[in-house]
Amino acid sequence: MSWKTLSREKEKMNDLFKIVIGLVLFFGLFSIPFWAGSSSGGNGPEIVVKEGTEACVESKEFMRPNHMHLLDQWRDSVVRDNDRVYTNASGKHFEKSLTKTCLNCHSNKEEFCDRCHDYMGVKPYCWSCHLSSEEQI
Amino acid sequence: MRKDRRNFLKKLGVASLFGIGSAGALDQYFKKTVYAELFKEDGLKENTTRWGMVIDMTKCEEGCTACIDACHFQHNVPEISGKKEEVKWIWKEAYKNAFPSKSHPFTKEETQKDPVLTLCNHCKNPPCVRVCPTKATFKREDGIVMMDFHRCIGCRFCMAGCPYGSRSFNFKDPRPFIKKINPDFPTREKGVVEKCNFCAERLAKGQAPACQSACNNRSIVFGNLGDPNSEIRRVLMTQNTLQRKTELGTDPSVFYIF
Amino acid sequence: MIEKAFVGNRNYWVWIFFLLILITVGFVSYMIQLDIGLSVTGMSRDVTWGVYIAQFTFLVGVAASAVMLVIPYYLHNYKKFGKIVILGEFLAVSAVLMCMLFVFVDMGKPMRVLNVILYPTPNSILFWDMTVLSGYLVLNVLCGWVVLSAEHKGVQPPKWIKPFIYLSIPWAVSIHTVTAFLYAGLPGRHLWLTAILAPRFLASAFAAGPALLVLLSLLLKKLVGFDAGKEAIEKLTTIILYAAIINFFFVAMEFFTAFYSNIPGHEHGLAYLFFGLEGHHNLVPWMWFSLIIGIGSVVIFLIPKLRQNQSLLIVACLSIFLSLWIDKGIGLVLGGFVPSPLESVTEYSPSLIEILITLGIWAIGAFVLTVLYKIAISVKNQNT
Repeated sequence: MSWKTLSREKEKMNDLFKIVIGLVLFFGLFSIPFWAGSSSGGNGPEIVVKEGTEACVESKEFMRPNHMHLLDQWRDSVVRDNDRVYTNASGKHFEKSLTKTCLNCHSNKEEFCDRCHDYMGVKPYCWSCHLSSEEQI
Repeated sequence: MRKDRRNFLKKLGVASLFGIGSAGALDQYFKKTVYAELFKEDGLKENTTRWGMVIDMTKCEEGCTACIDACHFQHNVPEISGKKEEVKWIWKEAYKNAFPSKSHPFTKEETQKDPVLTLCNHCKNPPCVRVCPTKATFKREDGIVMMDFHRCIGCRFCMAGCPYGSRSFNFKDPRPFIKKINPDFPTREKGVVEKCNFCAERLAKGQAPACQSACNNRSIVFGNLGDPNSEIRRVLMTQNTLQRKTELGTDPSVFYIF
Repeated sequence: MIEKAFVGNRNYWVWIFFLLILITVGFVSYMIQLDIGLSVTGMSRDVTWGVYIAQFTFLVGVAASAVMLVIPYYLHNYKKFGKIVILGEFLAVSAVLMCMLFVFVDMGKPMRVLNVILYPTPNSILFWDMTVLSGYLVLNVLCGWVVLSAEHKGVQPPKWIKPFIYLSIPWAVSIHTVTAFLYAGLPGRHLWLTAILAPRFLASAFAAGPALLVLLSLLLKKLVGFDAGKEAIEKLTTIILYAAIINFFFVAMEFFTAFYSNIPGHEHGLAYLFFGLEGHHNLVPWMWFSLIIGIGSVVIFLIPKLRQNQSLLIVACLSIFLSLWIDKGIGLVLGGFVPSPLESVTEYSPSLIEILITLGIWAIGAFVLTVLYKIAISVKNQNT
């Protein structure tokens, strides 16, 4: 091996080192949300529901991950198909309405919707048109 | 369609071939077919629903805005001053502007003078629905031309397409311009188009449109054009009525008596 | 090849930074528009489309005009266009990009732009316009780039590219036809409701686009010594001449039908543009200016002695380009909204923010064009 090729090999080694450092930095920075968030509590915020209300249209376990899909379905069927009545799993009927049905029990938007949405970092734009109970008064 | 018309044309051809069709008889026949077509075609059989409205301008009181106020409160229509960005669902417009091809220098004085109540015509063949690239504007089975504010991308193609100027665009956030908010109806975001919805939300509850309920002079008749026994059909049968810009083939569901 | 865009002389970088400044100003202006709404523009309830959609309409024509180089070169084997076909294709790329941006900034709810694809609506011409424009962009990037890469490597272009080149010809016609259909299918907008709108669009496009190409070619010759060739320029001049004549012929047809028939609806739009309506005549000077310089340029193109004078040729190309920009980019779109469906006349003039956004998009177009032309010319020069 000549001196020249040797130095070229050495250069390559140096590059490799730089590349590894770059990759570590890159992945380190990009995974910040995961490891920075891991220390703050995993229980989620405390949410408030009005006292003495009946059960939700569907179970808590269904609503927690699916309420946005349900609302999406509702708005489409009300606006586009004029279908305004929701029949839940146990056969009970509800008006498909965010402001009239949901907000009836979840009347405190700040302590129910916002708390969780803020925690999750999502910004639904329902409220730029639909009125929460506080605004209604 | 078009079976009726095809048959008619066939008969027309046969009749002229034998030189028997008197103009009167043909005229009669044609009227009947067209009339039937108006109410039966497009899947609209008798006893199905096509909502419509007759506005009797002879009963409409000059200077009264009861229907406009009721509608604009019901639907949270912002009150933006100036022609540039105004939003309106129902309003009054000079006769010569609302009926440009029917106005002439010798029009009856009160017709010429009293502004006409105008709103979305809920056309049977709505150009706005035809041009909308996202189906945000669509025609319901009951004939109402509806807007889905969730889907509108604000391209304003429908505003270029509407030959009646019935559509408004939210050039800015409308909320600050709503004097008193009706909690039962949503407001709009900036960037979407809006217009009269024939009070679809009230019809769903079995209520009449807000404008009709608010009118003390009974100058608005609202009802089902598909029901031959409805009041609106009775009015249409007995009185001479006009639609706006019939020559464009849109076939409005709003009719006028002058 | 892209590396060639990163080397250049001082002027090249000054120009690039100048464009970047315009782009930044345009972007900041757009942020303001996004925040406040289209209220910051001059558009109104009656004139719902303004300078954005006008630019879009005009630039679709510029994009389509690339076909005026592709047809002679690929279908008629007119070798003299060999050096500039790529200029036409890359001009189309930059023009289509600008078109898309102009439609985007015109939207009230741009974050919902994907609704056009999520809820495809074939009865809407806008849906088809989106389809043909994106297709045309892909075709021109593909054809231009593949042929240029082959030249870069000093080999013949691959055979598989030929069908795409042939496809781009009818496709170019389709983009401007569909764009005309946006307007020509609307009931109650009499200025637009005319069967010759698409042909007129094509005629004006085939004059304005090649005129821009002549100007660009002459500019490139002066700046970087890239010579398109005398014959190529002359051929382009002929194309401009006949396209312009056909365009003005079509305009005359519109006048005849409107005013001889004496139907008010048909007269109003043209009357507003050229004579004013009900005391409103903002656009009258523009339209006459457009007509006069347009016809003036036709005279220059028509007389051999005049068109062979290079300064006059430049004047003529500038004039016809400006004339048709006013005609289609201002008159046609704005004129269609007058009078409104309720028979009132509302005039429109763009706001400062609207103008800055428009300039920003033109700057993006110029930026893309500069980079693409830099690459193309570097490749062409390496082989000579």
